[in-house]
Amino acid sequence: MTAHDPALPPRPNSAPTIYAYDEYDRAFVRERVAEFRGQVERRLAGALTEEEFRPFRLMNGLYLQLHAYMLRVAIPYGSLTSRQMRQLAYIADKWDKGYGHFTTRQNLQYNWPKLVDVPDILEALADVDMHAIQTSGNCIRNVTADHFAGVAADELEDPRPTAEFLRQWSSAHAEFSFLPRKFKIAVSGAEHDRAAIKIHDIGLRIVKNAEGAIGYEVIVGGGLGRTPFVGKLLREFLPRADLLAYLEAILRVYNRFGRRDNKYKARIKILVHETGLDEIRAQVEAEHSAMDRAPFAYDAQELERVAAAFAPPAYESLPAHSDGFEKAKAENAEFAAFAAVNVAPHKVPGYAIVTVSLKPIGGIPGDATSAQMRALADAADTYGFGELRVSHEQNIILPHVKQDDLLALWRDLAAAGLSTANAGLISDIISCPGLDYCALATARSIPIAQAISQRFADLERQRLIGTLGIKISGCINACGHHHVGAIGILGLEKKGVESYQITLGGDPTLSASIGELLGPGVSAEEVPDVIESLVQFYLAERRDGEAFIDTWRRLGHKRFKESARREGEDGSGI
Amino acid sequence: MTRPANPKFSPKILLASDLAEGDVVFWGQDGWERDLLRAKIAYDEAEVATLDAAGKAAIAANRVVDAYLVDVTVDAAGAPAPSHFREKFRAAGPSVRRDLGKQAWLQGAGNR
Repeated sequence: MTAHDPALPPRPNSAPTIYAYDEYDRAFVRERVAEFRGQVERRLAGALTEEEFRPFRLMNGLYLQLHAYMLRVAIPYGSLTSRQMRQLAYIADKWDKGYGHFTTRQNLQYNWPKLVDVPDILEALADVDMHAIQTSGNCIRNVTADHFAGVAADELEDPRPTAEFLRQWSSAHAEFSFLPRKFKIAVSGAEHDRAAIKIHDIGLRIVKNAEGAIGYEVIVGGGLGRTPFVGKLLREFLPRADLLAYLEAILRVYNRFGRRDNKYKARIKILVHETGLDEIRAQVEAEHSAMDRAPFAYDAQELERVAAAFAPPAYESLPAHSDGFEKAKAENAEFAAFAAVNVAPHKVPGYAIVTVSLKPIGGIPGDATSAQMRALADAADTYGFGELRVSHEQNIILPHVKQDDLLALWRDLAAAGLSTANAGLISDIISCPGLDYCALATARSIPIAQAISQRFADLERQRLIGTLGIKISGCINACGHHHVGAIGILGLEKKGVESYQITLGGDPTLSASIGELLGPGVSAEEVPDVIESLVQFYLAERRDGEAFIDTWRRLGHKRFKESARREGEDGSGI
Repeated sequence: MTRPANPKFSPKILLASDLAEGDVVFWGQDGWERDLLRAKIAYDEAEVATLDAAGKAAIAANRVVDAYLVDVTVDAAGAPAPSHFREKFRAAGPSVRRDLGKQAWLQGAGNR
């Protein structure tokens, strides 16, 4: 059977480029694997040059990095089943080096696959309805979403059906397969933004209008990299019925007017900045009005079908508070600390959302061994309906855990080295792979994260410091989101050595802001000292309940800069 | 054995990524080598041209990808070491995982 098999009836309610987990979906992915297997064979036989082959491998998420190939696997909106997680572990053991790296775009990267093995890896991914399509190239990338989707206490609507709609619409979208540059979309359906929608090419926030109808706030032109911008409000309320057509219109305007002469000015954020938001809005509205919207018409039945795939699991009726959980916290301070930091409120009484930190003290942010992946899959099966999420903070979420089970889960996680109670704290650092792996990087980022983590190893002190996002990138492309770190660190090369610029005041949430530069770069060895001085200044100056970013906003950048300068007199280099 | 140093010229080696496996390879006396210590060192422009030609030929033959010349220092025993930190990491492996990459392979711990 193939996706084009005449024996298959047309897919009901299908848009022209639809992509869904059914027999069509599976056939499509299998076809792509077979196609890529042929391309690899031709490349190895010399029938394709690297120049000819590169677009094909990038279309399948395969890069050539510093030490080896790297395969980026899509995890749509960060949702994974335990079966899929186990398969990722199996692939890590069979064809890679026994681990995987979870990224800021809710993907998984294997750092050591051999080209000759990649078709087999893709086949193994297809066995569990996964692939690496559109995780690279100038196309619409893996659609991301709130990692608490469907369970967050502050949620208006689960963003996953919308994200799945967009995944289907954007997958193999012929018109948008060769955009001026890559294109990233994020969706949030909650009061608080956990999907960083304002730093995406398009950010969608599910909102309710005055009439009580559900629709979308549309943010456009956000992004980091060498020219960071916070996204701008394109539409305050987009009716649900217009979603696909309106996004199609935005992409058409971008595809038509986005610059192709300079890759550094090719993202939609530059188009919006240079053209002006009002003009872009006018262009999008004009395109939306003029286009044939029929292929993108809203189909309530299809939304219902998609939404049904995200129906809540069979929760038990439980009291809102668990006596057992409260007792366990009272008797076990370490567990209580974990519960205070890594456990979040759930919309269903008696349940909780657990963030499993992939940031052990001194560890590599986002890395998980195959054994840990299996432990996570087991934990999901035992305590959480077999479901997991990947967060853009490079952690794993167990979204449906009974409060009664939290202690047992914590013990299981501890046995796997996964119980670090630091979610959202200073050692929960986002870090790109940097020059330890990445061919584009100009400096290392992982060792900087490790050094800061070790400097602040004391978890009690971390809790005292409170919420503080440190984000590190090993080059100007900003995969580590340094621009939106309350403390951001950018690794560069300066006079033949690694040098690190520090920024303050970045924020990835609805109050998004780009961090401001603290001063000239410092050496790798100096970074922890500079962070220490900033933290001490914050602790001395903060008011009750203020997070680092709040104190920075109240006091202003100059005060922090001056404090760091004073530290610099005894050698911090700032 | 090292050659007498020419202060006006930085010795160079040729490195690339193996096409089939993706790992770093170095042009040696008899072709591509996986061990940096077996890399052929160019000490003058003529030898650099030879290395450069070997790289282009290997790319054309679809044996390697992205072949380029790298400045090295050469110790008393004639062992080359990349001058730039990027190529140092490239020739060794991740600085944060000594059990991976060339450094592991050279110790017999890796499989490449």
